[in-house]
Amino acid sequence: MRRSVLPVVVVVLAILAIWYAAAVWMNAQWTRDQAARAGVQIGWSDIARDAMQQERPVLPVPHQVAAEFWRLTWVEEATGRRGIVQSGSLSNRGLVYHALATLSATALGFGFGAGFGILLAVGIVYNRAMDMSVMPWAIASQTIPIVAIAPMIIVVLNSVGISGLIPKAIIAAYLSFFPVAVGMVKGLRSPDGMQLDQLRTYNATAGQAFWKLRLPASMPYLFASLKVGVAASLVGTIVAELPLGGAGLGTRLLAGSYYGQTIQIWATLIAAALLASAMVGAVGLVQRVTLKRMGFSR
Amino acid sequence: MNVPIWSISVLRGWGAAVLALLVLALISPTMRAGVFDPRAAVLLAVWGGSWAVNAWLASLPRSRMVAGVVAALFGATLIVLWELIVRLYAVSPVILPAPSAVAAQFVNSTPILWADFVQTILKGALSGYLIGCGAALVTAVAVDRSPFLQRGLLPVGNFVAALPIVGIAPILVMWFGFDWQSKAAVVVVMVFFPVLVNCVEGLKAADPMQRDLMATWSASYWQSLFQLRLPAAMPFIFNGLKIASTLAMIGAIVAEFFGSPVVGMGFRISTEVGKLRLDMVWSEIAVAALAGSAFYGLVALIEKRMTFWHPSQRSR
Repeated sequence: MRRSVLPVVVVVLAILAIWYAAAVWMNAQWTRDQAARAGVQIGWSDIARDAMQQERPVLPVPHQVAAEFWRLTWVEEATGRRGIVQSGSLSNRGLVYHALATLSATALGFGFGAGFGILLAVGIVYNRAMDMSVMPWAIASQTIPIVAIAPMIIVVLNSVGISGLIPKAIIAAYLSFFPVAVGMVKGLRSPDGMQLDQLRTYNATAGQAFWKLRLPASMPYLFASLKVGVAASLVGTIVAELPLGGAGLGTRLLAGSYYGQTIQIWATLIAAALLASAMVGAVGLVQRVTLKRMGFSR
Repeated sequence: MNVPIWSISVLRGWGAAVLALLVLALISPTMRAGVFDPRAAVLLAVWGGSWAVNAWLASLPRSRMVAGVVAALFGATLIVLWELIVRLYAVSPVILPAPSAVAAQFVNSTPILWADFVQTILKGALSGYLIGCGAALVTAVAVDRSPFLQRGLLPVGNFVAALPIVGIAPILVMWFGFDWQSKAAVVVVMVFFPVLVNCVEGLKAADPMQRDLMATWSASYWQSLFQLRLPAAMPFIFNGLKIASTLAMIGAIVAEFFGSPVVGMGFRISTEVGKLRLDMVWSEIAVAALAGSAFYGLVALIEKRMTFWHPSQRSR
């Protein structure tokens, strides 16, 4: 693990360097146009300096994005008029408010989706008719861009009077449901015939076989698919927020794109990335603790 | 057992029917009021009957044909139930159109659907997919020569692969304009990292003994790459390509929500939803589903042809 720290740092630095170079190159045109309009001759040093402080750059440089992110989170909440310190509630212009809205919808949907996925998997493993009827469709549904129906579900649920957290959570649940079900089926079937036979020689009941063999054996598969599922449900929530308005990172992305606020879009993307890694990281943490306590060598 | 097998499966079917009855009792207000609802009885009869047939079919000896019939019957039952629910309960078409209405709309508007398909799938998704996967493969081969880069790029690639990259769509739409080029760019970014990670992983798959054998034959780097390591990497590469095929469709469709010409599947879905013409939306979703499974099926077919030697392909 420690061996890879230096290479990762180098790769990240290289990405940042390319980012800076690209920003200067892509923002140069605007600077040149401005200079030509003003009738001034400018050199590359002026272009490079200007490229890093434009208000609406084609590609903002990393420190601009970091500053905007800081401004929209800490500064907005700590010192802003609408911030939590002065008004007692999170500012609706800050990213924390929107990230929390996205997080709660994702977490709610993911919880339901994963729960139903596990139940379906148990049904599939124990009922042959269910296995043969549902499983092909569950696998086929993985190849379909389900996210595409997100706006429809949102609008339809809105028209029957369901709005707020629930429609987003439904989409998040739907997206995490199938990966978890498919992974869990694989996990519950992972004990081999020898192990199942051994339990039979112990005269174990079906319930005992489930709780003492199949379920523990499925844990590594479950966690792998939970990670996929949580990432998928976050994407689902963000896409679901696009047509919605109100709170949420997806709404902020669309607003930023309407008004050409590139720095704000990037700051929102950073927030989304942090949220994704926090959620995947949380699942990973539970995974590590659980598997360690269960004695899986890792 | 003396009981004929079909009666057991019918009993099981009734078990499922009772379960469905409970669900319906929760949903239907007339049932909750204790009034018998003949419409619910029809739905239950269809569900229980089809489930009994399926349970009986599933108890037969396993064969590919039976498996196909069971899956098809289950799918058909869901569609019939959907149609019946819409008809019997007179569900408004702006909430849920009947499958027959969707099918009629599908047939009526094939030219529009075809134009959307060409714009989104063939121009946006497919070109982005080819560029992105090609770039990832080339990068993987380049990175593979340096263990240092590998150790650095793999964690970063794994991290990026878990991010909601689709959020980059508004930026790329600003850069590349509203037409398919921006959708292809989103797809390139989305498929790049999953394919890269799988390719790098795959290039390590040839075992040391085989590499030593190539070395004793004094094979050059490129000979060993093309004749041993790339073929050995194929199962991993195809795993990445399959994941990427779904991502490509999602990227191309979602990117259109941020701006598009007046053609395309994402554009059509968002505007028709606004007009509450849900039968058109469902037709578009049917196109997306068909295209998605065809795309995936094509990649899987090529995989079968190219990795026929791998245990996972020979097991059946």
